[in-house]
Amino acid sequence: MIRFERVSKRYPPGLDALSDVSCEVTEHEMALVCGHSGAGKSTLLKLIAGIEKPSGGALLIGGQNLAALPRSALPFLRRRIGMVFQDQKLLFDRSVFDNVMLPLAIVGFPRRDAAQRVRAALDKVGLASREKAMPVMLSGGEQQRLAIARAVVNRPSLLLADEPTAHLDAQTAADVARIFHEFHHVGVTVLIATYATELFPAARRLQLDHGRLLS
Amino acid sequence: MRVWLSQHQDAARLAVRRLAAAPVNSLLSLLAIGIALALPAGGQMLLANALHLSGATSAVPQISIFMAANAERQAASEIGERLGRYAGVRQVLFVPREETLARMKSGPGLREVIEALPANPFPDAFVVSVADESLAAMERLAVEFRQWPRIEHVQLDSAWVRRLDALLKLGRTSVMLLAALLGMGLIAISFSLIRMQVLTHRAEIEVSRLLGATNGFIQRPFLYFGILLGLGGGVVAWLLVTAAALWLRAPLAELARLYDLTLALQTLGARDSALLLGFAAGLGWLGAMISMRQHMQQY
Repeated sequence: MIRFERVSKRYPPGLDALSDVSCEVTEHEMALVCGHSGAGKSTLLKLIAGIEKPSGGALLIGGQNLAALPRSALPFLRRRIGMVFQDQKLLFDRSVFDNVMLPLAIVGFPRRDAAQRVRAALDKVGLASREKAMPVMLSGGEQQRLAIARAVVNRPSLLLADEPTAHLDAQTAADVARIFHEFHHVGVTVLIATYATELFPAARRLQLDHGRLLS
Repeated sequence: MRVWLSQHQDAARLAVRRLAAAPVNSLLSLLAIGIALALPAGGQMLLANALHLSGATSAVPQISIFMAANAERQAASEIGERLGRYAGVRQVLFVPREETLARMKSGPGLREVIEALPANPFPDAFVVSVADESLAAMERLAVEFRQWPRIEHVQLDSAWVRRLDALLKLGRTSVMLLAALLGMGLIAISFSLIRMQVLTHRAEIEVSRLLGATNGFIQRPFLYFGILLGLGGGVVAWLLVTAAALWLRAPLAELARLYDLTLALQTLGARDSALLLGFAAGLGWLGAMISMRQHMQQY
């Protein structure tokens, strides 16, 4: 599903965020990207979503080399990936419902079916009753779940999450972790960058240290 | 196709919502665009009216020849014969002084004045149509006729029509120039308003892009916003021009009556109105397009 072949990412003026990373995440797998702050966890996820470009090596998603992907094809790659961002990136000027609707509007999903899908996604993360609320009215845990609903509403085959349980209390973090497990169980490939490895005991770990992958 | 249509519909709806979200801003912007467009549109309206007026006036060029006031009828008939024989003269109409007097007396207000005069103040006159109606040829003829005996005054009747034509041509060029200048102004207004919109909706643009939106999807509502701005401004301009025309109609008709003209100021015609709205919407779109090109790269 995802294959890193000696991938490196260097930010100017010479900061190596990732060096010589080779690894593979297979389909339907759940894997964690762990490591200290600044180890390169976020960079690794950003490379997969095409937000950053590798400085060296090859990165293949579903057999497709991202380096060879034209810029105009990038949106279509992103539509196949659900992404939960570290800072969530919710839109605060629209309702919970409309936030989750956005990915469907982007792909031009038929309106009536889209509404059903949005409700299903909100139901899945336990926000079915809050669809009319504005994001600012939600608690931190609810906002995180809203971000997850938006990431999965397109039913992507790959779900990426960057620190999805940071800043959450233990109970809420456990709830969020359970949601990821559920998606994994229905066949979604899940890759999570996190410190809280204890929440995902069964997942394989990719340990990063100063941009290098420890075997 | 249905997806495409519904996405356009959504984008247009979003653009309307954004316009409505800041009503005072939007209204003032529309007013600014409307006033800018009202100038060339109003110019075009006046021009169309002037064209109509000049079209109604006979533009057949003629030469009027007036005998000296004390010339005898004999001298007049000699001139008449000479004109009739003259090469280049197509038709000669003799207007005896008695006829002119009678016509003038029947006019309002002049009767008392004329009756107070001791003698008929009008001379015998000829109205001459010529074969070659070019200004140069007619002026040559006029110069020639002036040297004939007992002729007091020769006048080119077409002169004022030609002057009006030249004036109208100038007017048309001015309207075009004004339209071009203020059209560029409209593009600039649209450009900067869309730039502000882009800044306001930065987060949305960024998130949409991360979720797999194409450039087309992101730009669409902004382009519709530009079109709506232009179109709304065009409607404002149309209303301004129409209101001004209706308001000016009565006093202008009054003035025209004093000059013995019947003039009902016409508002912008269907073609000009459609042109105005299309032009405005197109320029709004263009400004938005340039703005998006400029600002999209940042996100």
